This record gives sequence, structure tokens and C-alpha cells, in this order.
Amino acid sequence: MRKLTVKRPSLRALTLPGLAFLLAMFFGALLIAFSDSTVLKHIGHPISFIKAAGVAVWQSYLALFEGSVYNPSLATPHDALLSWYPLSETLVTAAPLMLAGLSVALAFRAGLFNIGAQGQFIFGSIAASYVGFHFHWPIGIHLIAAVIAAVIAGAIWGGLVGLLKARTGAHEVIVTIMLNYVALYFLMWLLGTTTFLRPGRRDPISPDVLNSAKMPLLAGSNYRVNLGIFVALAAAAFVWWLLTRSTWGFRFRAVGANSAAAKTAGISVPFVMTSVMAISGALAGLGGAVHVLGSDFSLTSGTAGNFGFDAITVALLGRAKPMGVVFASLLFGALRAGGGTMQANTNTPIDIVLVIQALVVLFIAAPSVVKWVFRLKNVKTTGELAAKGWNG
Amino acid sequence: MSLELRGITKTFGALVANDSIDLKVETGEIHAILGENGAGKSTLMNIVYGLVAPDSGEILVDGVVKKISEPSDALASGIGMVHQHFMLVPVFTVAENIVLGHEKTGFAGRLDLNEARERIKKVSDQFNFDVNPDDLIEGLPVGVQQRVEIIRALIYDAKVLILDEPTAVLTPQETDDLLKIMQELKAQGTSIIFITHKLREVKAVADRITIIRRGKVVGNASPSASQSELASLMVGREVELAPDRGAHDVGAEVLVVKDLSILDITGRALVNKVSFSVRAGEVLAIAGVQGNGQSEVARAMVNLEEHVKGSITLNGEEIVGKSVRESLHAGIAFVPESRELDGLIGSMSIAENLILDLHDLAPYAKGIQLFPNVVLDEAAKRRDEFDIRLQNVTDPISSLSGGNKQKVVLARELSRPVKLLVASQPTRGLDVGSIEFVHKRILEERDAGRAVLLFSTELDEVLALADRIAVMYRGEILSIVPSGVSAQELGLLMAGVVHA
Repeated sequence: MRKLTVKRPSLRALTLPGLAFLLAMFFGALLIAFSDSTVLKHIGHPISFIKAAGVAVWQSYLALFEGSVYNPSLATPHDALLSWYPLSETLVTAAPLMLAGLSVALAFRAGLFNIGAQGQFIFGSIAASYVGFHFHWPIGIHLIAAVIAAVIAGAIWGGLVGLLKARTGAHEVIVTIMLNYVALYFLMWLLGTTTFLRPGRRDPISPDVLNSAKMPLLAGSNYRVNLGIFVALAAAAFVWWLLTRSTWGFRFRAVGANSAAAKTAGISVPFVMTSVMAISGALAGLGGAVHVLGSDFSLTSGTAGNFGFDAITVALLGRAKPMGVVFASLLFGALRAGGGTMQANTNTPIDIVLVIQALVVLFIAAPSVVKWVFRLKNVKTTGELAAKGWNG
Repeated sequence: MSLELRGITKTFGALVANDSIDLKVETGEIHAILGENGAGKSTLMNIVYGLVAPDSGEILVDGVVKKISEPSDALASGIGMVHQHFMLVPVFTVAENIVLGHEKTGFAGRLDLNEARERIKKVSDQFNFDVNPDDLIEGLPVGVQQRVEIIRALIYDAKVLILDEPTAVLTPQETDDLLKIMQELKAQGTSIIFITHKLREVKAVADRITIIRRGKVVGNASPSASQSELASLMVGREVELAPDRGAHDVGAEVLVVKDLSILDITGRALVNKVSFSVRAGEVLAIAGVQGNGQSEVARAMVNLEEHVKGSITLNGEEIVGKSVRESLHAGIAFVPESRELDGLIGSMSIAENLILDLHDLAPYAKGIQLFPNVVLDEAAKRRDEFDIRLQNVTDPISSLSGGNKQKVVLARELSRPVKLLVASQPTRGLDVGSIEFVHKRILEERDAGRAVLLFSTELDEVLALADRIAVMYRGEILSIVPSGVSAQELGLLMAGVVHA
């Protein structure tokens, strides 16, 4: 068999993100211990302090796990499988995040820093929602139409950025940040219009999408997990194919790595910028669709949550590779899903999860810290990825 | 002051960069160290200057063993170094750069440059450097910047001066000036270690020559040795310095350039109404000192320049106004001036770099589906045809040496149906063996009936390859002369001197 151009993701590639995560969990543990009032009572007695700290950390991380993967106390005599309910929640959160993360990762590979996944996500949500509640179409067709509408809306919102960059040289970071605001305020304005305001409500919330436009549930009505996670995984496979097995991806990577050489070899850099941003926007828009049609069903001003921004973190953690993004978004989905349970069951606030997320990124951006702590040599670093993109 | 190295050995992993090297530099001599790129010259000098720690061996200054583990130790022992890439702050003046790290301050921390100014003037006058201490570095020509580096070394009492590939960045005139300065320094007692791979310069100034190959001293030579003897020692085999230019037929005009003007963004003309033509089976060299508009003319051949007036026709077909891709596919092979910046994509694989231009055409692609296996097969074929030395075609191109990188560029550009080869500084930074290969290949293209447009700042290269030579000066072609012209005459033309 001949050797393929694309090397299989090796374990070595996972070393650094994995260790960065461990280190972040360690600092998270310190924070949990020192912010817990019952632990701090023992501060004068080292032994009982360490004991109390260990208990607090163990309980918090156990709650995090029980909130994101498996919680035996949820099982009922009729249905033992219900203890897996948290895993379903993890997948529900991970699906839109994965799509938005793929959006950022794809743009990264073409040398563009797409901060605008949030805005593209919002436009995807708006389009999916509108098609979902306004039209009465048969099952199947309705869902597909809503998804396509979201993809187109995201592609336009993203493609606009590429076009501006290609035609005028406007830096994509600035343009996307501004367009995020435009998208958010457009959404808030829309929610005040009669078309989008839910009948009988005065607060800004849209009608639920019709059942015919909802993503089919995968594990019955007890669980929210839906087709969205498969849509996201299929998108990851598509992005992998695009980057490694298509002429478009070849051009994206060429322009991303050295646009001057790509231009000299006859590749049209403006066309690449526009098309990659359009595809990137389409992925984020699809994320919006999965979120609205899969779990939220209605639009509010907070519909997009933090998906578009967490997507940047996810792309970074996943080294801008499709497989990496899949794992990173599952991890972040789990942290998000488990954070709530942790807050409810222990003294540890959900903010710890945000700290852990932030630390993971920090350690990946500063790989020498991780290498120093774990005495590593010759591990590939992703530091350049974190630093790239700002020099336009 | 004399400098002696005994048994210097340095390994990087499996690579032996220096293998027990012995070297002795006497007081007041110019000692040339000759070797190909990657032979270990720079590593050796970085050891002497304290930038790299050797695995074993010792350094003796005037017969006394010195421990040099940092550049400051080297300076204290009287060893100064001028790097290939200058260590100057562009927005500072000459004097500010020279005091950097040794600033004298007056009242309330005010920087006092007067003493530095005086000393710079003194050194400058002593050696005819013609350097003004208050000039900004960024406004100075490269040759003068280099003199600033030399002054810095001299002011800190360097008695042994290491010059690492000092002529790589210089024009022919600047090179001549530097060689004079080196002789002046030597006359006043400074020893110089001259690192280079340029044979002509070695023969012109060196008192003794040490040749290094693959980390080992392979021989010593006197400057009276012939260039081809030196080249063979350096490369380790017989080298053909002047490629054989057989008789050949010149055909019809392939490229006709008429009244070509290229403007910068502000509308200033970088190239002003240039006209020339190249026939099939002919090499037209455009010679000139760097920065006289040749780069722009080269780029305009494939429409990489934006503000272009005039006409460029290839076999009668107008090129101006086409896209880059259309120009390439019209039959132009383009070897850009900078391999690293414009020719290759460093992080992509060798195989991918070989098909940058054709990646979306059969057999590599169908629709938007790319066939990586076909790409690999083709890469293996080209590797054999162009003798590209590599471990694996899937390795990133940045793992290759300069010569092999250039072979990749040539292999890519010559794999399309070509009527015209445009090669811009095709051997810049290459070692002797690779230069030989590139020159042969260019002449093969000529002999196969293609038109060749060569842009070069190297006199030897122009004289060795060209059938006719056009000299560019300040955006215009001063004159077009036949290949029989002498190097001296060509040098004068490049400096803008036209015979009455």
C-alpha cells in the first residue's frame, strides 16, 4: 500500500493538549480548595486542611463528572440507563460548539482569524428559526430547508468578511468583531418585530420552531440528544476531506501558509479568502441551526450564548484540525454540562469551569510552561497557532 | 594577535557539524575559510565567538588557552564578529547602535554620545570607511551598514575579526570596497577570518585558505591555486565552473517587451519605458545592481506587478492584463527572486510544493477531488529527474537545503509546456554544486529552443550564461551588449557609467 500524504494523528500530537488540561485541572483544584469556606476553617492545621481540601476537590470533580457523563443516582427502577442522561447533555452542548469550532479551525488553516463565528452563528440561528416557525412544510423537507437557510445565512455573513479583506485589505479580526455586534443588535431588533415576537409574549422571545423542523431525537424523549451531534461529526469529516483531499483545501492551506508563494504559483488569493470565509461562516451558521432546531427551539437575545467565542478556544485546543476540534468540543461540552451540577451539589461555583477552560488555552499558548512542569523534550508545540493570525 | 583552534568538535544529534578541527590564524593575516553551505563554517565561528559551546577542543589566543562561553568573553579576548545578518537597530543612528549595551550617561541619565562620535570618526578616517556617526541605519546602503558593524568590532578592540559571508549581501562595487577595507585592516595589524564560498574573493584577498567539507578540514591552499582546484576541494569532486555553451540556433522572437513602465503606489516610476526582446534558443541576461528595477520587470512578466503600462507579448500574444495563472499557463516558467518568500510554501510538503501551479488539473485532480497518491507518484518522478536530495517527498520543504529547494522550484516551473523561462537570481545563496546544476539546466532549456530571460546581480553568472546582456540602471536599460564584454566593462555599466 502506498503511503498517504496525510499522517495519522499520532499520540504525540495529543500529549501537549492533554498535559495542558491536566495542569489546568490541578490549578482548578487549588482554586477549589482555597475558595471553600469549610476547607479554609482548617487552615491552621496542615493535616486536616489537606484532608478537607482533598474532600472538596474530589467532590467537585466527581460532581463535574456526574454532571457530564454518568450519574448512578439518576437511574430509576424502570430505567437504569437514565444514569447516562448527563452524557446526552454533553453531546447536546458539544454539537453546536463543534460546528463553530470547525468554522474557526478552517479559517485558521487558511491564515485567517475568524473571531466572527459568534455573528455567523447568530445569523444561522435566525434563519433556521424563521424557516422553522414561519413555514408549514412536511417533515423532512422542513428540517432540511431550515438547515439550508442557516448555512446560507452564515455563508453570506462570513463571506462578506472575506470579500472585504480581499477587496479592501480590511483586517478580518476587526471586521468580524464589529460584525458580531451588528449581528447581535440585529437579532435584538428582530425580536421586537411582530414577525419574530411570540404571540402573547412581551419579552423578546420568538415562537418555537414547529415539530416538523426539529432535529430528530436519537434516544427517545427522555434525552435531549439529537441528530445535531451527527451533523457536527459529518461536518468534521467534510472539513477533513476538504482540507486534505480537495483542490480547494489545497489552496486554502497554501494561502494560509504563504500567500505570496501561492499568488506567484497562480492561485487567486482574493478568491480563496472569500470562499474560505464563506465556508467558515456556513459551518458556524450550521452550528446555529443545530442549536435552535436541536435543543433551544426559540430565539432570545442570548441564543448564541458564548458558542462563537468558545469556538476559538476549541479550535486552538484542537490544533485547528478536524479531529482535534471534535475532541476539544466534546471536552468543553462536558465541562459546560457538568459545571451546573457541580455548582448545585457542592460549594464550587460554575466559574471554576471557565477558569479551567482559560487555563487550558493559556498553557497551550505557552507550551514551555507545560514542558517545564512535565520535563518534556521535543514535543511539538502549538504556540505558533495561538500567536498566528494577528499579523494579517 | 594570533588565534588557534585545537580539536574543535561539535555534534547536533547525529550530525557532526565540526569534527576535530584544527586551525591557526597568524597575526595580521587574512585567513579564508572556504566551504559549501552546511559544511560547518558558521558553527565553527559561532564556537569561537562564544555563541555555541563545543563538545570538545580548545581555543588559544596568543598561545594561551581561553575559555569562551559567551560573546562578551570573545570580545574581552579581542575577537570580534560581523554576522551575515546585521545586528543593528534600524531606527537608531550609527553612534547609538555602536554604544548600545555600553552607553555612557551624563547628568540625570542623559545619553552622552560625544565620545562615541569621536571614536567612530577616528576609526572611520583611519580606514577610509566614510561613515557619519549621526546617520540613521535604515537610510544607509547595506555596504555601509556592514562597515558600521566592523567599526563596532574595532572600537571594542577586536584584534581578530570574523567576517561571516560578508559579501553575500553586497553589490559588486560594495564587494570591491570591502575587499579594500580588509586589506587596509590587515596592513594595520588586524587578523581577519573570512568565511565564504566565493572563490574569486578568496583568491583576491586571502593569505591562506582552509577548506572545510562536511565538518572536517580537508585541506589548505594558497591563493595561487586555481578556482577549479579550490572548487573541487570544496565540493569533493570535479566541478565545471564555466558551463559548456555549445553552438546553437537562435530562432524567432518569443518575448517582446515594449515601453514597459512599472509604477509604485504613489505613481513614481520604478521602471521607465523599458524595451527588449528574447529569441528562441537565446539567453538574455538583465544585469544590474540590486534595486534598479529588475525585480519589478521580472515580476511583471507573470503579472505580479499591479501598476504596469506598455506591452509584453509572448509569441505575439499580449500578457499584460492577464491573471498570474493565465500568464504561467501561456508558457512562462517563473523562478522568483526569493525562493523562501515567493517560490515555496515552507510548511507544506515537497510533493505539494511541486504541484502548486497544477494542483487543480488532471491528473492530480478531477473536479475538486484531489488525488494525493498521484501527487506523490509525480513527486517521485521529478525527484529523480532533477536529482533532488530528500528523505521523503512528504517531508516539509523547509527540511531541504537551499540548492534542493531551488531544484524543486525549477522542477515545478519546467514541468509545464514552456516557451519562456524567467529566472530571477536563480543561484542566490546556493553552493557551488547547486549553482553548477542550475546553470546547466538553464543552458539545457536554451539549447532546447526556449527563450530564457535571466535576471542576475552576479557578474560571473551573467558572463557565463548570457548570449546578450542588458544592463539596468535606475529603472532604465542603459545598453544591451553582446556576451563578449569584459567583466570590468560590465561592472562600470552596472554603476551607471556609459562610454562616450
